[in-house]
Amino acid sequence: MNNMKEIISIVFITVGVLFNLLGCIGILRLPDTYNRLQAATKAVTLGCCSILVGVIFHFGLSDAATKAFIAIPILFFGSTVAAHALIRGTYHFGITLGDKCVKDDYKEAIK
Amino acid sequence: MKYLTLFILSMILWLMLTFEFTAANLIAGAVASLICSLFFGRLFVSNVGKLLQPRRYYWFVIYLFVFLWECIKANVDVAYRVLHPAMPIRPGIVKVRTSLKSDMAKMLLANSITMTPGTISVDIIDDCLYIHWIYVRSEDPAVYTAMITGAFEKYIKKIIE
Repeated sequence: MNNMKEIISIVFITVGVLFNLLGCIGILRLPDTYNRLQAATKAVTLGCCSILVGVIFHFGLSDAATKAFIAIPILFFGSTVAAHALIRGTYHFGITLGDKCVKDDYKEAIK
Repeated sequence: MKYLTLFILSMILWLMLTFEFTAANLIAGAVASLICSLFFGRLFVSNVGKLLQPRRYYWFVIYLFVFLWECIKANVDVAYRVLHPAMPIRPGIVKVRTSLKSDMAKMLLANSITMTPGTISVDIIDDCLYIHWIYVRSEDPAVYTAMITGAFEKYIKKIIE
């Protein structure tokens, strides 16, 4: 039983680290700010949440697990709000969407 | 009423975070929650009675699973785009109309959209959301609206409105 718990927590933490790694590769490879933000907020958030779930399994029912459990929604809301603020700020600062861009509806809306 | 609910919720959060039930800790938590609820009470959900309806929690749990599935699916999709040597991306900002009315519901929808990889909500103007999409799959407003908000909107409507 104890062994099983360890295995589950290690699987979750491994998946989390893998997603974090993919997020970092995304930040390096993607061409502009907007697409980099995509990789930075999502892959990394799911990665961190996965690690926290691993922590919950590792500690079982204790105060550390409760803190990890609370950290998940806080991380979710924090990173979404930060991503939204950053991407809106980037647009209003005047950074263009890049030459691969196919559509921009926002330009007319803020005129 | 709004302020009282927020006070109780932040007190519970404090107790879960600190995890000790001494008098000093309880007083510190009460002071912190009081300050929090005084500052942010006016931004809290306007109709507190809704928090007591079990039906909404039932939909919320279903929504969580739908959300988690979408999140994992889309994460794999972004991972594929990142690792692919040619990097198949087609970024753009699309305008999506939503039928949700309350601010809280719009906030939850925008957050859900941001959390599913490939889309970030840039702005909300009236009832239009502006979404940055890493791969614009369709140019037709009806099709991409269904793609982006279709999975969440009906659940959020049941949870909040």
